[in-house]
Amino acid sequence: MQVPILKQGSYLIASIQSALSDADMLQLRDDLAERVGRFRARGVIIDVTVLDVIDSFATRTLRHLAHMLNLRGADTVIVGIQPEVAFAMVQLGLTLEGVGTVLDLEEGLAFLDLKIKHHARPGP
Amino acid sequence: MQDPALDIHMEIRSTIDIVTARQQGRELAMEAGFAGSDVTLIAAAISEIARNILDHAKRGELVFSLITKGPDHCLQVVARDEGPGIADVTRAMQYGYSSRGGLGVGLPGAKWLMDDFEIESVIGKGTKITMRKWTRHGNRRPLTSH
Repeated sequence: MQVPILKQGSYLIASIQSALSDADMLQLRDDLAERVGRFRARGVIIDVTVLDVIDSFATRTLRHLAHMLNLRGADTVIVGIQPEVAFAMVQLGLTLEGVGTVLDLEEGLAFLDLKIKHHARPGP
Repeated sequence: MQDPALDIHMEIRSTIDIVTARQQGRELAMEAGFAGSDVTLIAAAISEIARNILDHAKRGELVFSLITKGPDHCLQVVARDEGPGIADVTRAMQYGYSSRGGLGVGLPGAKWLMDDFEIESVIGKGTKITMRKWTRHGNRRPLTSH
């Protein structure tokens, strides 16, 4: 199941549509790394609203993905982690350290606007 | 009380089977009357032990059973493989320890998510992990220590 990736201004939005296998997660990571370059994207939103489980593999892949995209010059924000999913992640001791997480798509766009504007601001 | 005829067996051979197994577990947990958050915890635990099979034994099997004990219901998941076995079970259950560069969260994490968790492993023969989660009505069984 391939994840559709939409372009919105200088952002890419990856909207996960169903449960993903490990291979799908890795494919998403590689697709985003490539497209950030192709579209010169500054920010990436990954919408995980439909995911009913974010396990250790998914967490690690999301962390690696955000780190890779950061090396490619784009900020990443994960949106839509469901309350039960967050609960299970906490129980598992999983953290998305270094990765922005916000409530939903709207907040994700605001998060990137703020972060990217902040980066772009010339120093004193 | 457990009816083996109603057990559900699932082969774990590829990462897609992990997705199928946790969906199956989720459905069974809902049937058994678990609350929404427990259903998610069970699905996450299944994901971790199914992945453990793939990572260490390449293939194996999950068996789901519903057990009734007085007013309580329990979903039992047994993960069985004929892989190399776990040399040091205590170490494998240490949070953050991984023999293959993972997060080292899988097995200890699954234990935290469930109520009961037992590992039997014989080097060269394989590993059997049994985990259970109980519904919270009636007399809840004491939690195993974390």
